[in-house]
Formats: sequence, C-alpha cells, structure tokens
Amino acid sequence: MKALCWFGKYDVRVYDVPEPKIINPHDAIIKVTTTAICGSDLHLYDGYIPTMQKGDILGHEFMGEVVEVGSAVRNLKPGDRVVVPFTIACGNCFFCRKECWSACDNTNPNAGMAETLYGYSGSGLFGYSHMMGGYAGGQAEYVRVPFADVGPKKILNGLTDEQVLFLSDIFPTGYMAAENCDIKPGDTVAVWGCGPVGLFAIKSAYLLGAERVIAIDDAPERLRMAAEHGGAETMNFAEEDVHDRLKQMTGGIGPDSCIDAVGLEAHGTTLDAFYDRAKAALMLTTDRPHALRQAIHACRKGGTVSIPGVYGAFLDKFPLGAAFAKGLTLKMGQTHVHKYMQPLLDKIEEGAIDPSFVITHRMSLADAPAGYATFKNKEQECIKVVLKP
Amino acid sequence: MSFNQEILSANNPNSANRDESGNINVGEIERVVCAVAGGALAVYGFRNRTLKGLLLTVAGTALLHRGATGHCNTYDLLGIRTSGDKTRNETSEPVAKDIHIEKSITIGKSPSELYNFWRDFENLPKFMTHLESVRCVGLNRSHWIAKGPAGKLVEWDAEVYNEKPNELIAWRSLEGEVTNAGSVRFEDAGERGTVVRVVLNYNAPGGKLSAFVAKLLGGEPGQMIEDDLRRLKQILEAGEIANVEGQPSGRDSQARPARTPETPIENTGEQVKSRAATSLG
Repeated sequence: MKALCWFGKYDVRVYDVPEPKIINPHDAIIKVTTTAICGSDLHLYDGYIPTMQKGDILGHEFMGEVVEVGSAVRNLKPGDRVVVPFTIACGNCFFCRKECWSACDNTNPNAGMAETLYGYSGSGLFGYSHMMGGYAGGQAEYVRVPFADVGPKKILNGLTDEQVLFLSDIFPTGYMAAENCDIKPGDTVAVWGCGPVGLFAIKSAYLLGAERVIAIDDAPERLRMAAEHGGAETMNFAEEDVHDRLKQMTGGIGPDSCIDAVGLEAHGTTLDAFYDRAKAALMLTTDRPHALRQAIHACRKGGTVSIPGVYGAFLDKFPLGAAFAKGLTLKMGQTHVHKYMQPLLDKIEEGAIDPSFVITHRMSLADAPAGYATFKNKEQECIKVVLKP
Repeated sequence: MSFNQEILSANNPNSANRDESGNINVGEIERVVCAVAGGALAVYGFRNRTLKGLLLTVAGTALLHRGATGHCNTYDLLGIRTSGDKTRNETSEPVAKDIHIEKSITIGKSPSELYNFWRDFENLPKFMTHLESVRCVGLNRSHWIAKGPAGKLVEWDAEVYNEKPNELIAWRSLEGEVTNAGSVRFEDAGERGTVVRVVLNYNAPGGKLSAFVAKLLGGEPGQMIEDDLRRLKQILEAGEIANVEGQPSGRDSQARPARTPETPIENTGEQVKSRAATSLG
C-alpha cells in the first residue's frame, strides 16, 4: 500500500509498504477514505519532535471503512464507516474513566521514553514519534487502529467525509481549548493563530457563549477566514501592537481568556521572537514560545490562558512572573478527543457547524509531499490540506 | 520487620560463594572462568609471538592472576564485590543483594485479583519479558528460566517462603545459577484499585560487573521492572499489551518508493527554510 513516510527534516516521501495486520485482539484495520495534514505534522516535518525514525508513517487525522477486526472487537464490523481519534485510549484505566483519554496509562508501548522527558507518559498517538508510542499513522491506504472498540466513532448518516473528518483532532482540539477558557456571558476571548485549530477555537468560543472573539495572525487569508467563517474581529500582529490594541479593544481590562493556537514554532516581529529564533537555530532551545508570552502578557487579571498549540520540551524566558502577578489559570494538553466526538458530531448533525469550511486544498495521497511543502510555506493561501488515498 | 528486611533475610541456603579472605572480591565461579580463560589466552598469545600475541599474553596473565588470587583491581575501583560479604553476614550464607530494586504501580483491580494472578507464577513471563518460562512444580516450588546476558539462558528453582493471601507473596531461589529473592505486596487503594509494591534482590550472573555493564548498555534492571509492571497493568486493565511490532513502515525490507503518475514536486530544505511559519493548526 502507499503511505507517507518521514525521512527527516523537510523530507517526506510516499512509499509502497506492506499492509498493516491485526497485532492485538482489540485492533481493527481501517481502509482510509480521507486523511489530512495537521499543523502539528509540520512540527515533525520541521524536525522539532524528538524520537522520530526514518520511515515512520505519519498522519493522525483520518477516517475510513473497517475492513478487519480483532477477536475482542465487538462493536465494529467490516464495512462500518468510522472517524478515528488521534489519541489511543484503553477505556479502562484511571485516566480513561475520568475522561482524561489522552492521559491513558496503557497505550504507549514506549512509555518509559516519555517518562524520561516528561515524568509520566500520556497515551499513545498515531504517527507522532516513538516517544508517543511509535504507532504507524493514517496518511496511508490502510491503518491499524488499536483499541478499536474504544476510540472510533461510527458515522451512520449521510454526512460527507469532509464534514466529519476533523472530529479526529482539530475540531475537538479547538473546542477543548475554548472549553478550557470557562467562558462566561459577556466574555472576550483572544485567539493567537488562525490555522485550523485557531479557527475551530474561534467557532467553539462563540458556541460556548463568548460575546467577542479577537483573532490574531499575520496571514491575510487566515484573518479573512477568521472574520468570514468565524465571525471574529481580527488583528494583524505584523502591523499592530497586539498588547496595546487588545487593551484598547477591551476598555483597558484585557481579554478574559487567551488561546495560544500557535505552539512551539511561533514567529513574531518583536525582539523576543528574534531571540527565540536565534536560540532555536543554535539548538540552545527547543520551543519558541513567542505567542504564549504575548498571551500571558495580554490576559486580564484572573483570566485563563488556554494552550492547544503543541509544545515539545523546554521554554526560555517564560513570563511566569506575569502569570503569577495576575493570578492566571493556565490550561493545556493533548485533546481528550474521545470525550468530544459524540457531542461535536451532534453539533455537525444539527447544522450548528460544518467543519469542512477550513479546507483549502484537496490532493491525492501520492501528492502528499507537495501538500506538506504547500502547507508549510502557506503557498496558494493554504490553510488545510485533505488527502485522498 | 520492614518489607525490605523481609527480603534481605531471605538467605539462599545453597549459595556456594564464601569469602575466605578480606582481599577476595571475585566470586568463585567467576574465578574459575577467569583462570581458565586467562591461562588459555596467555598460552595462545605466547605461541603467536607478535605484538598482538604479546598483548593477549599480558591480558591472559592478568585474568589468570585475578582467578588465582580472587582479587580484581577493577572491581576495587568500581567498589564491586562479587564474592560473599564477610563483614555484613558473618555467620549465615550470603544473600541476594548485589542488585536491589523497589518499584510500585497502581492497578485498577482488587488485591485478590492481583494476588491470584501473581501467585500463579506461570503468569509472570506474560509481562516479565526477561523470563523465558516459570513452571510450578509444587504448591510452593517453581522452576524459573530467564534470558541472561548475551542471550544465554539461566535457570534456578525458587520457593515461596512467606505469603499472606491477597496481601503478600515472597519467594527466594533455592539452587541454580542466579541467587535471587523477591516479594510483592498488594495494598488496597480503594477506587483506584491496588498498589502493587515489588522488591527484588539478586546477584547477577557474571557478577556485579555484568550488572554495571548492563546498566551502561541500557538494560537497567530498575527500568526493566518498571516496564514489567506497566505490562502487568496493561494486561489486567486493558486486556492486552500495547505493541507496535510488526507494523508497516518505510524501513521495512519490502518498502520501496512509490511510483506515482506524476513525480511529486521536489521540495528542498533550503526553499522551505527561507520562509517562516506562523500559526499552525
């Protein structure tokens, strides 16, 4: 089968590889019908995530048709159409029972590796380094899905792949980011980054009752989408002083909550952003937290900073003093996708949202390497690439 | 008696290592191996009459000396002693204590479920990957086969010498190649299940030096037991052990660059690097 394999920084290739097999009793094999490139895949593409190995199959946003199930899978049968969460969860451990699915204790075969870096290991993830389990990803014709009786959500109605695919990651991720803000009526939410997760965070903030959402980016097409599809007020950080502008827009109080949907590869135009880039280039730091610094700085006293953007390791010049002085709440983490799939599927069915609005590029899996480059460089106003195997 | 003392007092009645002199720090079996191998090397090297031969003779003689005297300077430097420890244990037989490991894990099952699973020692190789097999040969006796250093199999018999149903199992080796003792305690943790506390003591085959080398090479025994306990938890909570072996990848021997109708656009690192990324989804 064809699969998109990682071979190094800026080097992904489509390879013919053997088809996956059932390994464990709770496995299923899915024939992928639609998959997508996630912004977090670009962190792999850019070589920011440790413990990748040449030949790893990428992809953690995918859906398809069940073709085979293991002996312990009772709720799925060949022919079922499913969306698969990017986090792999056993459904039975302390964390799964608390609905902290991405903290599952039992699905990372390389938990020891993650423990070394993080103290404890989260759940296994598809196609996202060996530290996160080394599971082959879904940018392929077929994919093995462990704990298929726990994660995959059956799609029974006439919704298209493009309408439901993003239940696998970015819609729940944006939604959880907004939910973490504990939005109250009258609240203003500022969102850094108008990529797909930022766009879903904007939509979700409104769904959760925000009065105003302010979107911050420097890509005109992304700001346009945030305004047109998200209904957000927009701000171009390359042209405006973000902090001052937010202060004026909120009558001197500051946003009630701030969402960092950028993550570890932020770029900016201020001095600290150049400092981060220089240090990262010299391998003196791993993450460039410019957007996060700005969010913490801008957030009102007692507000919440919610972080759906991915961070990998260590942060430099982290303004904990500002967070402390203002009594901020910081919330973050891999999305507990399982928890959100049904409620968000309901919202799609009700017509409250059609997640396919973020798609700008449709390509075949064979063209995935070009898709990565286009997405990375934001060529042709690229915001979201979906791939058809 | 503390948990630890319980294990440390689990002396092995059949161990052969006796410390006759304060200067001896190499175990008896190791001494014999050193003497034989050293002698052979020395003779081979002497016959060879080249620089390589001379070096082999020197190395062989050193090993021979180590075997004959039971004293190893390297062990001295590393603070290792693979012979019995006279000062610590004057009257009784030596105990398994070269390596001491304590690990714990919380598993969402009752103490009785865990006790019953563990008490059937034949279940242990399901999650302890260094064990080849354990065979129960009586109510309290079992025969263990483990994968030792360099893929060599090592065997021993063990007995359960202390147990309290649903609370504690303690075992020790009786005869065989590895002197060891272990215990596991199951503490009720309410809604969280059971805290499983494991204590293991053993003298590694090949002496403490091999344990030191194993540690250097990443086969750290503490990490190994942690991984074992994680697998036990996976079996009991999730019904299977998380595993990615046998998955496809571009590393597979059958993997080939796919032939596509159109050659994908070539992207070079430099092109990509020259442009900065902003917000990522």
